Amino acid sequence: MIAHMTTLPDAEKLYAELLRQVRPQVTPDTGVIGIMTGGAWLAERLHRELGIQQPLGVLDISFYRDDFDQTGLSRNVKPSQVPFDVQGRHVLLVDDVLHTGRTVRAAMNELFDYGRPGKIELAVLVDRGGRELPIAAQYRGGEFAVPNEHVLVLDRGDTGNFTLTLSDRHRERK
Amino acid sequence: MNNPQLNARGELQHLLSVEGLPRETLLHILATADSFVGLTDRDVKKVPLLRGKSVFNLFFENSTRTRTTFEIAAKRLSADVINLNINTSSTSKGESLLDTVDNLSAMHADMFIVRHASSGAPYQIARHVTPHPHLHVVNAGDGRHAHPTQGLLDLYTIRHYKKEFSQLSVAVIGDVLHSRVARSLIHGLTTLGVPDVRVIGPKTLLPAGVEQLGVKVFHDMNKGMAGVDVVAMLRLQNERMNGPLLPSAQEFFKSYGLTPEKLALAKPDAIVMHPGPMNRGVEIDSAVADGPSSVILPQVTFGIAVRMAVMSILAGN
Repeated sequence: MIAHMTTLPDAEKLYAELLRQVRPQVTPDTGVIGIMTGGAWLAERLHRELGIQQPLGVLDISFYRDDFDQTGLSRNVKPSQVPFDVQGRHVLLVDDVLHTGRTVRAAMNELFDYGRPGKIELAVLVDRGGRELPIAAQYRGGEFAVPNEHVLVLDRGDTGNFTLTLSDRHRERK
Repeated sequence: MNNPQLNARGELQHLLSVEGLPRETLLHILATADSFVGLTDRDVKKVPLLRGKSVFNLFFENSTRTRTTFEIAAKRLSADVINLNINTSSTSKGESLLDTVDNLSAMHADMFIVRHASSGAPYQIARHVTPHPHLHVVNAGDGRHAHPTQGLLDLYTIRHYKKEFSQLSVAVIGDVLHSRVARSLIHGLTTLGVPDVRVIGPKTLLPAGVEQLGVKVFHDMNKGMAGVDVVAMLRLQNERMNGPLLPSAQEFFKSYGLTPEKLALAKPDAIVMHPGPMNRGVEIDSAVADGPSSVILPQVTFGIAVRMAVMSILAGN
Protein backbone atom coordinates (compact mmCIF):
# COMPACT_ATOMS: atom_id res chain seq x y z
CA MET A 1 0.00 0.00 0.00
CA ILE A 2 1.36 3.39 -0.90
CA ALA A 3 0.69 6.85 0.36
CA HIS A 4 -1.45 8.45 -2.31
CA MET A 5 -3.90 5.52 -2.40
CA THR A 6 -6.25 7.71 -0.41
CA THR A 7 -6.27 10.39 -3.08
CA LEU A 8 -7.51 8.04 -5.82
CA PRO A 9 -10.73 9.23 -7.42
CA ASP A 10 -13.98 7.32 -7.19
CA ALA A 11 -14.17 5.08 -10.27
CA GLU A 12 -17.96 5.20 -10.29
CA LYS A 13 -17.90 9.00 -10.54
CA LEU A 14 -15.38 8.79 -13.38
CA TYR A 15 -17.60 6.29 -15.12
CA ALA A 16 -20.65 8.56 -14.78
CA GLU A 17 -18.65 11.41 -16.33
CA LEU A 18 -17.44 9.19 -19.18
CA LEU A 19 -20.99 8.02 -19.88
CA ARG A 20 -22.18 11.65 -19.94
CA GLN A 21 -19.53 12.59 -22.51
CA VAL A 22 -20.03 9.57 -24.76
CA ARG A 23 -23.85 9.46 -24.76
CA PRO A 24 -24.53 12.21 -27.33
CA GLN A 25 -21.74 10.97 -29.63
CA VAL A 26 -22.89 7.41 -30.34
CA THR A 27 -25.75 5.80 -32.23
CA PRO A 28 -27.17 2.29 -31.80
CA ASP A 29 -25.02 1.37 -34.81
CA THR A 30 -21.73 2.43 -33.23
CA GLY A 31 -19.35 -0.49 -32.71
CA VAL A 32 -18.21 -0.60 -29.07
CA ILE A 33 -15.01 -2.54 -28.43
CA GLY A 34 -13.34 -2.99 -25.06
CA ILE A 35 -9.66 -3.80 -24.56
CA MET A 36 -9.24 -6.68 -22.15
CA THR A 37 -9.59 -6.87 -19.27
CA GLY A 38 -10.59 -3.60 -17.60
CA GLY A 39 -11.60 -1.92 -20.85
CA ALA A 40 -13.87 -4.85 -21.67
CA TRP A 41 -15.71 -4.42 -18.35
CA LEU A 42 -16.19 -0.73 -19.04
CA ALA A 43 -17.28 -1.37 -22.61
CA GLU A 44 -19.79 -3.98 -21.44
CA ARG A 45 -21.45 -1.43 -19.15
CA LEU A 46 -21.31 1.42 -21.69
CA HIS A 47 -22.75 -0.88 -24.33
CA ARG A 48 -25.69 -1.74 -22.07
CA GLU A 49 -26.36 1.73 -20.74
CA LEU A 50 -26.03 3.41 -24.14
CA GLY A 51 -28.45 0.96 -25.78
CA ILE A 52 -26.02 -0.05 -28.53
CA GLN A 53 -27.61 -2.49 -31.01
CA GLN A 54 -24.43 -3.96 -32.46
CA PRO A 55 -23.02 -6.78 -30.31
CA LEU A 56 -20.14 -5.91 -28.00
CA GLY A 57 -16.57 -6.46 -29.20
CA VAL A 58 -13.51 -7.33 -27.12
CA LEU A 59 -9.84 -7.23 -28.07
CA ASP A 60 -6.97 -9.07 -26.43
CA ILE A 61 -4.01 -7.23 -27.90
CA SER A 62 -1.36 -9.80 -26.88
CA PHE A 63 -0.53 -10.66 -30.52
CA TYR A 64 0.08 -6.99 -31.34
CA ARG A 65 2.17 -5.86 -28.38
CA ASP A 66 5.41 -4.07 -29.26
CA ASP A 67 7.30 -5.64 -26.35
CA PHE A 68 6.90 -9.30 -27.43
CA ASP A 69 10.66 -9.62 -27.92
CA GLN A 70 11.33 -8.49 -24.35
CA THR A 71 8.48 -10.11 -22.49
CA GLY A 72 7.25 -13.00 -24.63
CA LEU A 73 3.68 -14.02 -25.05
CA SER A 74 1.20 -13.29 -22.28
CA ARG A 75 0.46 -16.34 -20.14
CA ASN A 76 -3.21 -15.63 -20.39
CA VAL A 77 -4.21 -14.78 -23.95
CA LYS A 78 -7.95 -14.73 -24.58
CA PRO A 79 -9.60 -14.78 -27.99
CA SER A 80 -10.53 -11.40 -29.45
CA GLN A 81 -14.10 -11.11 -30.69
CA VAL A 82 -15.40 -8.48 -33.07
CA PRO A 83 -18.89 -9.76 -33.89
CA PHE A 84 -19.86 -7.00 -36.31
CA ASP A 85 -18.53 -5.68 -39.60
CA VAL A 86 -15.86 -3.09 -38.88
CA GLN A 87 -15.75 -1.80 -42.45
CA GLY A 88 -16.77 1.87 -42.60
CA ARG A 89 -18.20 1.82 -39.08
CA HIS A 90 -17.84 4.33 -36.26
CA VAL A 91 -15.92 2.39 -33.61
CA LEU A 92 -15.64 3.42 -29.98
CA LEU A 93 -12.53 1.84 -28.49
CA VAL A 94 -12.73 1.60 -24.69
CA ASP A 95 -9.94 1.14 -22.17
CA ASP A 96 -9.67 1.63 -18.44
CA VAL A 97 -6.39 3.53 -18.12
CA LEU A 98 -4.58 5.50 -20.83
CA HIS A 99 -0.85 5.65 -20.09
CA THR A 100 1.90 5.20 -22.69
CA GLY A 101 -0.55 4.79 -25.57
CA ARG A 102 1.11 1.54 -26.66
CA THR A 103 -1.91 -0.61 -25.86
CA VAL A 104 -4.13 1.66 -27.95
CA ARG A 105 -1.64 1.51 -30.83
CA ALA A 106 -1.74 -2.30 -30.67
CA ALA A 107 -5.54 -2.32 -30.49
CA MET A 108 -5.84 -0.08 -33.56
CA ASN A 109 -3.45 -2.32 -35.51
CA GLU A 110 -5.51 -5.36 -34.56
CA LEU A 111 -8.76 -3.60 -35.44
CA PHE A 112 -7.56 -2.87 -38.96
CA ASP A 113 -7.04 -6.58 -39.52
CA TYR A 114 -10.83 -6.91 -39.23
CA GLY A 115 -11.47 -4.18 -41.81
CA ARG A 116 -11.17 -0.43 -42.35
CA PRO A 117 -13.24 1.45 -39.79
CA GLY A 118 -14.89 4.71 -40.81
CA LYS A 119 -13.78 6.41 -37.62
CA ILE A 120 -12.15 5.24 -34.38
CA GLU A 121 -12.60 7.18 -31.16
CA LEU A 122 -11.08 6.39 -27.80
CA ALA A 123 -12.90 6.46 -24.46
CA VAL A 124 -10.95 5.91 -21.23
CA LEU A 125 -11.89 5.99 -17.59
CA VAL A 126 -8.62 7.63 -16.53
CA ASP A 127 -5.90 9.44 -18.41
CA ARG A 128 -2.84 9.05 -16.19
CA GLY A 129 -0.39 10.87 -18.49
CA GLY A 130 3.02 9.45 -19.46
CA ARG A 131 2.35 9.13 -23.17
CA GLU A 132 5.09 7.60 -25.33
CA LEU A 133 3.08 7.79 -28.57
CA PRO A 134 1.01 10.56 -30.18
CA ILE A 135 -2.31 9.17 -28.99
CA ALA A 136 -5.16 11.01 -27.26
CA ALA A 137 -8.57 10.04 -25.88
CA GLN A 138 -11.68 11.83 -27.15
CA TYR A 139 -13.61 10.94 -23.99
CA ARG A 140 -12.08 10.79 -20.52
CA GLY A 141 -13.71 10.10 -17.17
CA GLY A 142 -10.88 12.01 -15.53
CA GLU A 143 -7.22 12.86 -15.49
CA PHE A 144 -4.98 11.68 -12.71
CA ALA A 145 -1.19 11.82 -12.75
CA VAL A 146 0.42 8.63 -11.51
CA PRO A 147 4.20 8.24 -11.15
CA ASN A 148 5.66 5.94 -13.80
CA GLU A 149 6.67 3.10 -11.52
CA HIS A 150 3.13 2.59 -10.24
CA VAL A 151 0.33 0.61 -11.81
CA LEU A 152 -3.22 1.87 -11.84
CA VAL A 153 -5.72 -0.97 -12.11
CA LEU A 154 -9.47 -1.10 -12.53
CA ASP A 155 -11.31 -3.70 -10.48
CA ARG A 156 -14.87 -4.84 -10.81
CA GLY A 157 -16.71 -5.88 -7.63
CA ASP A 158 -19.34 -8.58 -7.20
CA THR A 159 -22.13 -6.09 -7.89
CA GLY A 160 -20.41 -4.83 -11.05
CA ASN A 161 -19.18 -1.64 -9.35
CA PHE A 162 -15.83 -0.21 -10.40
CA THR A 163 -12.91 0.68 -8.15
CA LEU A 164 -9.40 1.88 -8.90
CA THR A 165 -6.36 0.60 -7.08
CA LEU A 166 -2.76 1.65 -7.25
CA SER A 167 0.11 -0.71 -6.70
CA ASP A 168 3.85 -0.28 -6.75
CA ARG A 169 4.60 -3.65 -8.24
CA HIS A 170 6.12 -3.66 -11.68
CA ARG A 171 3.73 -3.75 -14.54
CA GLU A 172 2.48 -7.26 -15.01
CA ARG A 173 4.32 -8.72 -17.92
CA LYS A 174 3.53 -12.38 -18.11
CA MET B 1 20.39 -33.65 -17.34
CA ASN B 2 17.44 -31.32 -16.87
CA ASN B 3 14.44 -31.39 -19.16
CA PRO B 4 15.99 -30.18 -22.44
CA GLN B 5 12.64 -28.67 -23.47
CA LEU B 6 12.55 -26.11 -20.67
CA ASN B 7 14.86 -23.16 -20.04
CA ALA B 8 16.28 -22.14 -16.66
CA ARG B 9 13.04 -20.28 -15.83
CA GLY B 10 10.96 -23.40 -16.56
CA GLU B 11 9.62 -21.93 -19.81
CA LEU B 12 9.34 -23.84 -23.05
CA GLN B 13 12.61 -23.52 -24.98
CA HIS B 14 12.09 -26.33 -27.50
CA LEU B 15 9.15 -28.59 -28.23
CA LEU B 16 10.61 -32.06 -28.60
CA SER B 17 8.00 -34.37 -27.12
CA VAL B 18 4.79 -34.24 -25.13
CA GLU B 19 6.40 -36.61 -22.65
CA GLY B 20 7.98 -34.64 -19.86
CA LEU B 21 5.96 -31.48 -20.41
CA PRO B 22 4.22 -30.23 -17.30
CA ARG B 23 0.44 -30.18 -17.30
CA GLU B 24 0.43 -26.35 -17.07
CA THR B 25 2.56 -26.11 -20.22
CA LEU B 26 0.15 -28.33 -22.15
CA LEU B 27 -2.85 -26.33 -20.94
CA HIS B 28 -1.08 -23.06 -21.76
CA ILE B 29 -0.50 -24.20 -25.35
CA LEU B 30 -4.13 -25.32 -25.74
CA ALA B 31 -5.46 -22.06 -24.27
CA THR B 32 -3.22 -19.97 -26.51
CA ALA B 33 -4.40 -21.93 -29.56
CA ASP B 34 -7.98 -20.84 -28.75
CA SER B 35 -7.03 -17.28 -29.63
CA PHE B 36 -5.54 -18.32 -32.97
CA VAL B 37 -8.57 -20.36 -34.06
CA GLY B 38 -10.70 -17.20 -34.33
CA LEU B 39 -8.26 -15.44 -36.68
CA THR B 40 -9.65 -17.33 -39.67
CA ASP B 41 -12.86 -15.26 -39.52
CA ARG B 42 -11.02 -12.00 -40.11
CA ASP B 43 -10.14 -10.07 -43.26
CA VAL B 44 -6.46 -10.41 -42.42
CA LYS B 45 -5.62 -13.84 -41.07
CA LYS B 46 -2.12 -12.89 -39.97
CA VAL B 47 -0.79 -11.44 -36.74
CA PRO B 48 2.58 -9.67 -36.51
CA LEU B 49 4.06 -11.72 -33.63
CA LEU B 50 6.96 -13.31 -35.52
CA ARG B 51 7.60 -10.44 -37.93
CA GLY B 52 11.28 -10.39 -38.85
CA LYS B 53 11.87 -13.93 -37.55
CA SER B 54 13.13 -16.73 -39.78
CA VAL B 55 11.63 -20.18 -39.45
CA PHE B 56 13.47 -23.00 -41.19
CA ASN B 57 11.56 -26.14 -42.10
CA LEU B 58 14.23 -28.84 -41.97
CA PHE B 59 12.61 -31.91 -43.40
CA PHE B 60 15.10 -34.76 -43.51
CA GLU B 61 12.13 -37.00 -44.23
CA ASN B 62 9.40 -36.11 -46.71
CA SER B 63 6.05 -34.97 -45.45
CA THR B 64 4.26 -32.45 -47.60
CA ARG B 65 1.25 -32.22 -45.31
CA THR B 66 3.09 -31.58 -42.05
CA ARG B 67 5.52 -29.20 -43.72
CA THR B 68 2.64 -27.26 -45.25
CA THR B 69 0.79 -26.88 -41.94
CA PHE B 70 3.95 -25.58 -40.26
CA GLU B 71 4.54 -23.24 -43.16
CA ILE B 72 1.00 -21.84 -43.00
CA ALA B 73 1.24 -21.47 -39.23
CA ALA B 74 4.56 -19.60 -39.46
CA LYS B 75 3.29 -17.35 -42.25
CA ARG B 76 0.13 -16.48 -40.29
CA LEU B 77 2.51 -15.34 -37.55
CA SER B 78 4.28 -13.16 -40.16
CA ALA B 79 7.55 -15.11 -39.99
CA ASP B 80 9.74 -15.66 -43.02
CA VAL B 81 9.69 -19.35 -43.86
CA ILE B 82 12.48 -21.18 -45.58
CA ASN B 83 11.79 -24.76 -46.66
CA LEU B 84 14.75 -27.07 -46.93
CA ASN B 85 14.21 -30.47 -48.39
CA ILE B 86 17.41 -31.92 -47.09
CA ASN B 87 17.07 -35.27 -48.86
CA THR B 88 17.92 -33.53 -52.06
CA SER B 89 20.55 -31.10 -50.82
CA SER B 90 23.53 -31.01 -48.48
CA THR B 91 23.28 -34.41 -46.82
CA SER B 92 23.34 -36.08 -50.19
CA LYS B 93 26.66 -34.30 -50.68
CA GLY B 94 27.84 -35.76 -47.37
CA GLU B 95 27.36 -32.84 -44.97
CA SER B 96 26.63 -33.95 -41.41
CA LEU B 97 23.39 -33.03 -39.65
CA LEU B 98 25.12 -30.73 -37.21
CA ASP B 99 27.17 -29.00 -39.90
CA THR B 100 23.92 -28.22 -41.69
CA VAL B 101 22.53 -26.83 -38.45
CA ASP B 102 25.64 -24.71 -37.84
CA ASN B 103 25.36 -23.19 -41.29
CA LEU B 104 21.72 -22.30 -40.81
CA SER B 105 22.43 -20.88 -37.35
CA ALA B 106 25.04 -18.66 -38.96
CA MET B 107 22.26 -17.39 -41.24
CA HIS B 108 20.49 -16.16 -38.07
CA ALA B 109 17.70 -18.68 -37.96
CA ASP B 110 15.21 -18.17 -35.13
CA MET B 111 13.47 -21.52 -35.27
CA PHE B 112 14.03 -24.97 -36.72
CA ILE B 113 11.09 -27.24 -37.48
CA VAL B 114 12.69 -30.67 -37.72
CA ARG B 115 11.34 -33.86 -39.26
CA HIS B 116 13.75 -36.79 -39.23
CA ALA B 117 13.52 -40.53 -39.74
CA SER B 118 15.79 -41.15 -36.73
CA SER B 119 14.35 -40.96 -33.24
CA GLY B 120 16.22 -38.35 -31.24
CA ALA B 121 17.53 -36.21 -34.11
CA PRO B 122 15.63 -33.07 -32.94
CA TYR B 123 17.09 -33.58 -29.43
CA GLN B 124 20.57 -33.69 -30.90
CA ILE B 125 19.91 -30.44 -32.75
CA ALA B 126 18.40 -28.79 -29.66
CA ARG B 127 21.46 -29.74 -27.61
CA HIS B 128 23.73 -28.48 -30.34
CA VAL B 129 22.13 -25.02 -30.48
CA THR B 130 22.35 -24.43 -26.71
CA PRO B 131 24.88 -21.58 -27.31
CA HIS B 132 22.08 -19.71 -29.10
CA PRO B 133 19.39 -19.12 -26.47
CA HIS B 134 17.08 -17.44 -28.99
CA LEU B 135 17.07 -20.43 -31.31
CA HIS B 136 14.16 -22.81 -30.82
CA VAL B 137 13.61 -26.33 -32.13
CA VAL B 138 10.24 -27.94 -32.83
CA ASN B 139 10.07 -31.67 -33.43
CA ALA B 140 7.81 -32.31 -36.41
CA GLY B 141 8.18 -36.07 -36.09
CA ASP B 142 11.25 -38.15 -35.30
CA GLY B 143 11.36 -41.83 -36.18
CA ARG B 144 8.98 -43.86 -34.06
CA HIS B 145 9.48 -41.56 -31.11
CA ALA B 146 7.30 -38.46 -31.04
CA HIS B 147 5.19 -36.03 -33.01
CA PRO B 148 4.29 -33.54 -30.34
CA THR B 149 2.32 -31.00 -32.38
CA GLN B 150 0.11 -33.80 -33.71
CA GLY B 151 -0.42 -35.01 -30.14
CA LEU B 152 -1.24 -31.46 -29.06
CA LEU B 153 -3.71 -30.92 -31.87
CA ASP B 154 -5.38 -34.21 -30.95
CA LEU B 155 -5.66 -32.96 -27.37
CA TYR B 156 -7.01 -29.63 -28.60
CA THR B 157 -9.62 -31.42 -30.71
CA ILE B 158 -10.69 -33.61 -27.78
CA ARG B 159 -10.99 -30.59 -25.50
CA HIS B 160 -12.95 -28.68 -28.15
CA TYR B 161 -15.62 -31.38 -28.41
CA LYS B 162 -15.54 -32.88 -24.91
CA LYS B 163 -14.62 -29.81 -22.80
CA GLU B 164 -13.16 -31.78 -19.86
CA PHE B 165 -10.49 -34.47 -19.77
CA SER B 166 -11.25 -35.81 -16.31
CA GLN B 167 -14.16 -38.12 -17.22
CA LEU B 168 -13.11 -39.45 -20.60
CA SER B 169 -12.51 -42.85 -22.14
CA VAL B 170 -10.18 -42.66 -25.11
CA ALA B 171 -9.28 -45.56 -27.42
CA VAL B 172 -6.12 -45.40 -29.55
CA ILE B 173 -6.47 -47.97 -32.29
CA GLY B 174 -4.15 -49.64 -34.78
CA ASP B 175 -0.42 -49.67 -35.33
CA VAL B 176 0.76 -48.27 -32.02
CA LEU B 177 4.16 -49.90 -32.42
CA HIS B 178 5.31 -47.70 -35.29
CA SER B 179 3.30 -44.63 -34.38
CA ARG B 180 4.94 -41.51 -32.99
CA VAL B 181 1.47 -39.94 -33.01
CA ALA B 182 0.16 -42.58 -30.59
CA ARG B 183 3.01 -42.05 -28.16
CA SER B 184 2.59 -38.27 -28.08
CA LEU B 185 -1.17 -38.54 -27.65
CA ILE B 186 -0.99 -41.15 -24.88
CA HIS B 187 1.50 -39.05 -22.88
CA GLY B 188 -0.70 -36.00 -23.29
CA LEU B 189 -3.85 -37.80 -22.23
CA THR B 190 -2.30 -39.25 -19.10
CA THR B 191 -0.67 -35.91 -18.18
CA LEU B 192 -4.03 -34.16 -18.49
CA GLY B 193 -5.69 -36.72 -16.24
CA VAL B 194 -7.78 -38.80 -18.67
CA PRO B 195 -8.75 -41.73 -16.41
CA ASP B 196 -9.31 -44.37 -19.12
CA VAL B 197 -6.87 -44.62 -22.02
CA ARG B 198 -7.06 -47.82 -24.06
CA VAL B 199 -4.90 -49.10 -26.88
CA ILE B 200 -6.42 -51.56 -29.31
CA GLY B 201 -4.46 -53.54 -31.85
CA PRO B 202 -2.92 -56.89 -32.76
CA LYS B 203 -0.09 -58.12 -30.51
CA THR B 204 2.37 -57.66 -33.37
CA LEU B 205 1.60 -53.93 -33.64
CA LEU B 206 1.64 -53.03 -29.95
CA PRO B 207 4.98 -52.24 -28.30
CA ALA B 208 6.11 -54.59 -25.55
CA GLY B 209 5.30 -53.16 -22.14
CA VAL B 210 2.82 -50.63 -23.52
CA GLU B 211 0.83 -51.02 -20.24
CA GLN B 212 3.60 -49.06 -18.53
CA LEU B 213 2.35 -45.92 -20.28
CA GLY B 214 -0.76 -46.19 -18.10
CA VAL B 215 -3.08 -47.67 -20.69
CA LYS B 216 -5.38 -50.70 -20.86
CA VAL B 217 -4.59 -53.10 -23.69
CA PHE B 218 -7.23 -54.78 -25.86
CA HIS B 219 -6.70 -57.14 -28.77
CA ASP B 220 -10.43 -57.52 -29.35
CA MET B 221 -11.70 -54.25 -30.82
CA ASN B 222 -15.33 -55.07 -29.97
CA LYS B 223 -14.42 -55.18 -26.29
CA GLY B 224 -12.10 -52.20 -26.37
CA MET B 225 -14.59 -49.90 -28.09
CA ALA B 226 -17.28 -50.32 -25.47
CA GLY B 227 -18.48 -46.96 -24.18
CA VAL B 228 -15.54 -44.80 -25.34
CA ASP B 229 -15.90 -41.03 -25.86
CA VAL B 230 -13.02 -40.61 -28.27
CA VAL B 231 -11.74 -42.95 -30.99
CA ALA B 232 -8.23 -42.09 -32.17
CA MET B 233 -7.40 -44.12 -35.27
CA LEU B 234 -3.81 -44.54 -36.40
CA ARG B 235 -2.51 -44.83 -39.91
CA LEU B 236 -1.34 -48.24 -41.04
CA GLN B 237 1.78 -47.52 -43.01
CA ASN B 238 1.88 -49.08 -46.44
CA GLU B 239 5.06 -51.02 -45.79
CA ARG B 240 3.39 -52.83 -42.85
CA MET B 241 0.40 -53.99 -44.82
CA ASN B 242 2.10 -56.91 -46.46
CA GLY B 243 5.03 -57.21 -44.07
CA PRO B 244 5.66 -60.01 -41.59
CA LEU B 245 3.56 -58.40 -38.82
CA LEU B 246 0.20 -58.71 -40.58
CA PRO B 247 -1.47 -61.31 -42.78
CA SER B 248 -2.96 -58.66 -45.12
CA ALA B 249 -4.63 -55.26 -45.24
CA GLN B 250 -8.01 -56.98 -45.65
CA GLU B 251 -7.45 -59.10 -42.56
CA PHE B 252 -6.47 -56.00 -40.62
CA PHE B 253 -9.61 -54.18 -41.70
CA LYS B 254 -11.76 -57.12 -40.59
CA SER B 255 -10.34 -57.08 -37.08
CA TYR B 256 -9.31 -53.47 -36.50
CA GLY B 257 -10.90 -51.33 -39.21
CA LEU B 258 -13.35 -48.77 -37.87
CA THR B 259 -16.74 -49.58 -39.39
CA PRO B 260 -20.13 -48.09 -38.48
CA GLU B 261 -20.91 -51.34 -36.63
CA LYS B 262 -17.81 -51.08 -34.45
CA LEU B 263 -18.35 -47.36 -33.90
CA ALA B 264 -21.86 -48.15 -32.63
CA LEU B 265 -20.22 -49.77 -29.59
CA ALA B 266 -18.78 -46.41 -28.51
CA LYS B 267 -20.85 -43.69 -26.82
CA PRO B 268 -23.47 -42.19 -29.17
CA ASP B 269 -21.67 -38.82 -29.13
CA ALA B 270 -18.19 -40.29 -29.56
CA ILE B 271 -15.81 -38.46 -31.91
CA VAL B 272 -13.51 -40.13 -34.44
CA MET B 273 -10.02 -38.74 -35.08
CA HIS B 274 -7.34 -39.70 -37.58
CA PRO B 275 -3.97 -37.97 -38.08
CA GLY B 276 -4.05 -38.48 -41.87
CA PRO B 277 -3.35 -39.45 -44.50
CA MET B 278 -6.12 -42.05 -44.23
CA ASN B 279 -6.17 -45.49 -45.81
CA ARG B 280 -9.86 -45.87 -46.51
CA GLY B 281 -10.88 -49.50 -46.25
CA VAL B 282 -7.74 -50.41 -44.28
CA GLU B 283 -7.99 -48.75 -40.88
CA ILE B 284 -11.20 -46.79 -41.42
CA ASP B 285 -14.39 -47.28 -43.44
CA SER B 286 -15.41 -44.35 -45.65
CA ALA B 287 -18.85 -44.33 -44.01
CA VAL B 288 -17.13 -43.45 -40.71
CA ALA B 289 -14.46 -41.15 -42.14
CA ASP B 290 -17.13 -39.03 -43.84
CA GLY B 291 -19.80 -39.61 -41.19
CA PRO B 292 -21.23 -37.35 -38.50
CA SER B 293 -18.83 -38.54 -35.77
CA SER B 294 -15.73 -37.70 -37.79
CA VAL B 295 -13.70 -34.67 -36.68
CA ILE B 296 -10.82 -35.46 -39.02
CA LEU B 297 -10.99 -32.23 -41.02
CA PRO B 298 -11.48 -29.98 -37.98
CA GLN B 299 -8.28 -31.61 -36.65
CA VAL B 300 -6.42 -30.18 -39.64
CA THR B 301 -7.82 -26.69 -39.00
CA PHE B 302 -7.01 -26.85 -35.29
CA GLY B 303 -3.52 -28.10 -36.19
CA ILE B 304 -2.66 -24.71 -37.68
CA ALA B 305 -3.78 -22.87 -34.54
CA VAL B 306 -1.91 -25.27 -32.25
CA ARG B 307 1.31 -24.88 -34.27
CA MET B 308 0.90 -21.11 -34.17
CA ALA B 309 0.52 -21.33 -30.40
CA VAL B 310 3.66 -23.46 -30.04
CA MET B 311 5.76 -21.20 -32.27
CA SER B 312 4.62 -17.97 -30.63
CA ILE B 313 5.20 -19.28 -27.11
CA LEU B 314 8.68 -20.54 -28.08
CA ALA B 315 9.65 -17.34 -29.89
CA GLY B 316 8.70 -15.28 -26.84
CA ASN B 317 10.80 -17.35 -24.41
